[in-house]
Amino acid sequence: MSTTALIQSLYVFVLAGFVGFLVITRVPALLHTPLMSATNAISAISLVGSLVAAGSHESRTATLLGFIAVTSATINAVGGFLITDRMLKMFRRGPKAAPGKAEPEK
Amino acid sequence: MIRELVIQASYLAASVLLILGLRSLTHPDSARRGMHLAALGMLIAVVGTLLHREIVDYRWILAGLALGSLIGYPMGMWVPMTAMPQRIAISHMFGALAATLVGVAEFVNRGSGAGVVHAQMAALGFEVLFGSLTVTGSLMAFLKLQEILPGVPITFRGQNVISLLLFAGGLGLLGWLVVDPAQPAAFHLMLAVGLAFGVSLVLPIGGADMPVVISLLNSYAGLASAATGFAIGNNVLIIAGALDGASGFILSVIMSKAMNRSFGNVLFGAFGTPQAATTKGAEGLAVRAITPEDAAVQLAYARKVIVVPGYGMAVSQAQHQLRELAGLIEKNGGEVVYAIHPVAGRMPGHMNVLLAEADVPYDRLREMEDVNPEFASADVVLVIGANDVVNPAAKHDRQSPIYGMPILEVEQAKNVLVLKRSMNPGFAGIENELFYMPQTSMLFGDAKQSLQKLIAEVKLA
Repeated sequence: MSTTALIQSLYVFVLAGFVGFLVITRVPALLHTPLMSATNAISAISLVGSLVAAGSHESRTATLLGFIAVTSATINAVGGFLITDRMLKMFRRGPKAAPGKAEPEK
Repeated sequence: MIRELVIQASYLAASVLLILGLRSLTHPDSARRGMHLAALGMLIAVVGTLLHREIVDYRWILAGLALGSLIGYPMGMWVPMTAMPQRIAISHMFGALAATLVGVAEFVNRGSGAGVVHAQMAALGFEVLFGSLTVTGSLMAFLKLQEILPGVPITFRGQNVISLLLFAGGLGLLGWLVVDPAQPAAFHLMLAVGLAFGVSLVLPIGGADMPVVISLLNSYAGLASAATGFAIGNNVLIIAGALDGASGFILSVIMSKAMNRSFGNVLFGAFGTPQAATTKGAEGLAVRAITPEDAAVQLAYARKVIVVPGYGMAVSQAQHQLRELAGLIEKNGGEVVYAIHPVAGRMPGHMNVLLAEADVPYDRLREMEDVNPEFASADVVLVIGANDVVNPAAKHDRQSPIYGMPILEVEQAKNVLVLKRSMNPGFAGIENELFYMPQTSMLFGDAKQSLQKLIAEVKLA
């Protein structure tokens, strides 16, 4: 990895961090648990690294570590998205919510 | 070349879809669809990765995907909502484990560090150090929340010193490796130090501080993923890791603000040790116990009831009975809203999920700032298994360990009905003067059973 590559990666990281900050500060406290399980599911993106480690014949150790990593990440991907959906399905608006009493926009 | 373009396009699409997915969580009505987009993004990224030229053998990949799905499906579909905090903690562990192992594999593949340049070693080292401490830290949090380990702080003499030495040692090894990457022994020692630090970091943290810890671990798991992205030069990893890291960080800031404590205090304070509970006792004060019959009369004719749920409700799984009782009060013409303190329960949003599970509409759930002015106009405030978050000492008693913590101002209500197992003080070992106030009545017993008695009595009233 060259220094230019490192700096480019830093750009991506900092900008993505800003996007994350702006998006996540707007998530209401109501949905903080689904937010956590959603970010858990998203963390399974480390699959893109572990799939390569498990599938490239570099060394037996790397293959084994890659296999465990693929398994753990898949647990998070499958379980994380399923449980987030299960939770979000439960959040329902009341049947007779008075129009004037909508939650204040922030 | 075309293959490389397709792969990069899949990563770009995945990044966009993941961001859109998180953005949809700003409103409950759009959230489900958005998360479907995020799941689609994940699928696209996985398919793109499978085209990778370096992948020559798909057997282990398929085995891992199959085994992971086999374990992940029940973890997604069958885990009850009451077990959500430990479920989240254990998946922080899986996420961090994947990131850590990718880092170790990368190190091994590059001649045990011989072929690693300094900048890449910095990323790999960060990934492995933060990943490994998150693995064991999350495991400890899981064991505590699952009550395999005691939820109270586990402390011993010199613990903070040991934790700090471990952390300093880990950073020192990381610095050494950046200077000289071809040191497999230092790399493995750093991995071990990270694992040990995770244990010593989380063991002394008590149950009520878990919301902060879980959020911090979420952030670390994200940062470890982002470091993976740096190490293997993959932008979608960096973006997703940065999103996770930001999310966990913001949540932990919100949680510690809601407890009026700094990160340092949560991590190294071991708050809740017996000697910390030195507030004034309650000698000479008497609480007023109430029978379910009298309590039911108050509730049956109330125009406005504010419910304050806490961890006690989660423990006794009383959310369904609470919903039934609220339904009866509403049928009598009363209004019921729920006041949710940010740190009620064991993780951010814990009460909201439990109440949503019991079919409470989300527009009845109020955040602390919005509901506090309403307590004075409530006929009855029903406190179920909450303690420290309604303790008025936080506002005026400078000696109190929770002084300065924002609370739900229940003491302003005309009538307060507290459902509580016994007079044992709450987590912080602090007496709660709310329980001794003239407008407060106590209904002792398990929350679920008390609610069942109340339901029966309100039906008669």
